[in-house]
Amino acid sequence: MVPYLAQAGAEATVSTGEAVAFWILGPLTLLGALGMIFARNAVHSALWLVLTMLSLGMLYLIQNAPFLGFTQIIVYTGAIMMLFLFVLMLVGRESSDSVVEVLRGQRLAAAVLGVGVAGVLAGALTRAVADVTPAQPLNPWTAEGGGAGGLGRMIFSDYLFPFELTSALLITAGMGAMVLAFTERHSKAGKRSQRELVEARFRGEYERPSPKPGPGVFATANSVATPALLPDGSVAPESLSELIESTSAAKLDTARKQVAGEASTPDAHALVGPDKEGETAE
Amino acid sequence: MIPFLAQAQDPMTRAELIADDPLWLILLKAVVILLLGPILTIFLIVWERKAVGRMQNRPGPNRVGPGGYLQSLADALKLPFKEQVIPETADRKVYFLAPVIAAVPALIGLAAIPFGPEVTIFGERTALQLIELPVSVLLVLAGASIGVYGIVLAGWSSGSPYPLLGGLRSAAQVISYEIAMGLAIVSVVLYAQSLATSAIVDAQQSGWYFYLLFPSFLIYLISMVGETNRAPFDLPEAESELVGGFHTEYSSMKFAMFFLAEYVNMVIVSAFATTLFLGGYLFPFVGADSPLNQGWLPVLWFFAKMFVLLFGFIWLRGTLPRFRYDQFMKLGWKVLVPAALVWVVMIAAIRAIRNDGNVSTGQILVIGGIVIVVIVLLSLLLPEKKVPDEDSVPVTGGGYPVPPLNLKVPETTPRRKALQAKAKAARKQEPAALASTKEGSNHGDV
Repeated sequence: MVPYLAQAGAEATVSTGEAVAFWILGPLTLLGALGMIFARNAVHSALWLVLTMLSLGMLYLIQNAPFLGFTQIIVYTGAIMMLFLFVLMLVGRESSDSVVEVLRGQRLAAAVLGVGVAGVLAGALTRAVADVTPAQPLNPWTAEGGGAGGLGRMIFSDYLFPFELTSALLITAGMGAMVLAFTERHSKAGKRSQRELVEARFRGEYERPSPKPGPGVFATANSVATPALLPDGSVAPESLSELIESTSAAKLDTARKQVAGEASTPDAHALVGPDKEGETAE
Repeated sequence: MIPFLAQAQDPMTRAELIADDPLWLILLKAVVILLLGPILTIFLIVWERKAVGRMQNRPGPNRVGPGGYLQSLADALKLPFKEQVIPETADRKVYFLAPVIAAVPALIGLAAIPFGPEVTIFGERTALQLIELPVSVLLVLAGASIGVYGIVLAGWSSGSPYPLLGGLRSAAQVISYEIAMGLAIVSVVLYAQSLATSAIVDAQQSGWYFYLLFPSFLIYLISMVGETNRAPFDLPEAESELVGGFHTEYSSMKFAMFFLAEYVNMVIVSAFATTLFLGGYLFPFVGADSPLNQGWLPVLWFFAKMFVLLFGFIWLRGTLPRFRYDQFMKLGWKVLVPAALVWVVMIAAIRAIRNDGNVSTGQILVIGGIVIVVIVLLSLLLPEKKVPDEDSVPVTGGGYPVPPLNLKVPETTPRRKALQAKAKAARKQEPAALASTKEGSNHGDV
């Protein structure tokens, strides 16, 4: 509070602290912007931009606009850049930019617009340096001095229509993105839910209502290589794996006997069980 | 400027008092706040291990120091001396940067928390708070939103799939839950009419917000667990799915910094909840003039409230299993955010009506009652259930086709009925002895 009081009456000048902060943050902001352009990796590029956003937020804080500064940090650095990063990560780290021009005349338009923006910026900067009276320092504790209360009052009274217009635009964009992203999954030909799949199976759209039998279902082993045996002792074809060579049919004699109920029952007095499948085959 | 100059004649406000601090006092406060995070982390880890141990009927750490309470101190000394393993595929610069980005914003957040009222330190009057801004609430939120970068970048720069998945989960999770958290804070700000933490504490002298704004408190409590990636919402580091999540590839001091960030974040959100909802450093049921709310005593109340919340974190971890990711997102977006929005609109309406001054509490209650009755009546108009399609197969029991529960099992089949009738007819014609043998064989067939 005391620094504001000292400045309030006097001519608005740049204090030493503000100058020091500016000469640290200004080059950092510029460095971030340049780094963003020249970084090879997309994620590094995004990180340089984060540095720029953070430094800008700090500059706002130094100039007695804490609400604006923290909003800049939360919204731009915290939310928007995080979404950028999110997308870049999903794209993958090895992917590089394509140099093929997708939109016709893109480069020409970009060059013209870039020169235009540079001209506007140069004009504004010249005016700012030449003839602008420095503003009185604001007092962020009051609504008039850039406090959250004054800002809220302005948004919901004087600028209500532009505010609502912006929100309508954003909602439209959000809805559009959702509709475009979700059509494929939720159309008729899309992925079926578990319930729909069950009903379709029972309606007869699939060859059988139940899942296919796993290998070894009726046999004596749980190996993938052991095919399932049907009650008559034949091999169930759908249980054969496409990738793995199955056990040869000659080795399945014992299993066939068991399925048919002809296998010898274990002797209650014997210390060992009945012969293993492999042993009989050999 | 005029109201602002006039203000200066009054006794100093809290902000002026803090701005008036000499440099040595500012440095002292900064060092204390910087140390508070790591010290509380070391204590919390051992406390958590012992408390969870008790909940699981085992002693927990009990070797190092009295009662095992120095265990995390030993761990903290050991960790920096362990070998650093850096994966070959790591993006080295970002890999080194990530733990720093995770830890530093976490340590900044405590600066805006008011730990106590006006006190005198070495003859200098000051308030127990490092910085007082008109928007200190946003400072804490900004710290949290920067801290996520640490986790996300750690996941990406490690260059292996599990950390990347952990980082992505974390980004989605923290962004989603920050929205619910921000909306929970909005109603507090509307009630206190200030974004400054100390003003919010002062506004709670007439009543703490955890019961005045109970839905907000509930939403804040849930989202603060989501925001700090703690069980049951610890999906970014779910060890049964992602090994260690974002910090799988980290070791030594860098791993320790992630640990520090996690626990300091817990401390911050608990301290923030204490400030916003539990009356900060105020003692319950007494005014600010009471001796219980003067001097250094309120620091005790503040830490007591904070430790209750921190124990809540530990308790949750010892009790609840981990959420499934889609359920967790559903909870955030389909329950917490809409509930918070509706509640904020209600609060805004109540505040607007209250500020009008012409409406009494009785009228508000009557109008509120009428609104609720209308909503209930309207809800009766909604159709009960969707009628199933004509050609759909009736399905019962959790989505799998099983027989209906009221299925009548016939006592006899048509075939058996026919056989019995045949046997009866045969019995009439043939002698009794023959009939009995035939009937027996028939039953054998069936």
